[in-house]
Amino acid sequence: MANEKIYDVLVIGGGPAGYTAALYAVRAGLSCLVIEKMSAGGQMCETMHIDNYPGLADTTDGFTLGAAMAAGAARFGAETVQAEVTSLDLSATPKTVLADSGSFAAHTVILATGATHRHMGLDRERELVGRGVGYCATCDGMFYRGRRVVVIGGGNSAVADALYLAGICEHVTLVHRRDTLRASKVHHAPLAACENVTLQLNSEVVRLMADERLTGVEIREKDTGRVFTLPCDGVFISIGRDPVTALVRDQLTLDETGYIVADETTKTDIPGVFAAGDVRTKPLRQIVTATADGATAAYFAEQYLQQNGL
Amino acid sequence: MSVLKITAENFEAEVMSSDKPVLVDFYADWCGPCKMLAPVIEQVADERPDVKVCKVNVDEESALAARFGVMSIPTLVVIKGGEVAAQSLGAKPKGQILALLD
Repeated sequence: MANEKIYDVLVIGGGPAGYTAALYAVRAGLSCLVIEKMSAGGQMCETMHIDNYPGLADTTDGFTLGAAMAAGAARFGAETVQAEVTSLDLSATPKTVLADSGSFAAHTVILATGATHRHMGLDRERELVGRGVGYCATCDGMFYRGRRVVVIGGGNSAVADALYLAGICEHVTLVHRRDTLRASKVHHAPLAACENVTLQLNSEVVRLMADERLTGVEIREKDTGRVFTLPCDGVFISIGRDPVTALVRDQLTLDETGYIVADETTKTDIPGVFAAGDVRTKPLRQIVTATADGATAAYFAEQYLQQNGL
Repeated sequence: MSVLKITAENFEAEVMSSDKPVLVDFYADWCGPCKMLAPVIEQVADERPDVKVCKVNVDEESALAARFGVMSIPTLVVIKGGEVAAQSLGAKPKGQILALLD
């Protein structure tokens, strides 16, 4: 089914960057469609407590904040379709996007597809997901109540996961490949205060031990070379994220880790195509920097439309 | 068709003895990805009258969750003629869920 309408702005991805772009676009008098494959919020939906987004007097969860951002954009006329984009032609005039529910055309495209969990690439990792291997501690933690778990990673997400699991599980081992945690200082004291958390630094998980379910992990200490088995019921992998850019890989310049190369203007190599939020090369990936990108992308989309008489 | 809530009481009759294929969504109210998936599941229920679409709250029905080995939510299970025909973990777009049914 082809949609005849040509939108001024088409946003792919309904997270904070996407819905802020939509809000700014419609408030500038532009027509705007957001294509989201599930429902609003994106990666935020896995966060139960958001406390670092300005203006929140009380804590909130990512799903609620995402739904509020979508409603805020819809209030001024932003449209949303729930569909998965399968291909897009960014060089065509107008630009075209093919989704599983039909095709869409627009003068400008804002890519706000975000990022997703990075996998370790260990043997049996994928088949053990849901049988001991997880990527979302807040989703699956309660299935490990009173059990022993391992968290892999050293950044903010890994430490937040370890702290969350420490409140549920009998014991948590945090395995990090470097000798210091990368996580912000704000997390260090609460972690040190947890009696049931052990830090296993300078170490790597090299193997998942399992029968039908995970039974343990094999850990290698980098400086001694010692390899040992740590029995556990669950392992939560929190080693960062990979951008969702497979669809545009052949059309836009990506950096060596797959992010769309764009500066603070959010402009990509192709005029009228913008990258906003976590999918863009940037130093800090937070909700607030994603929303900032969304506003900027909408501003330059409007400028592009004016300059091209569209 | 709306999404049918399943409990230990109606499980055998509605799921295991169903004439139609059954799609069961194991979820919890506090799980973000489950909330993301919910509108997709509702769309599947609307579009596929040939499938009975159900949901199980894992907090209220922990025995049902355990029976299907659910250790990660959301988990989707497709049951045909009382047998598990497919199982899938995590929030997925509609196309991938429809593919599970076939």
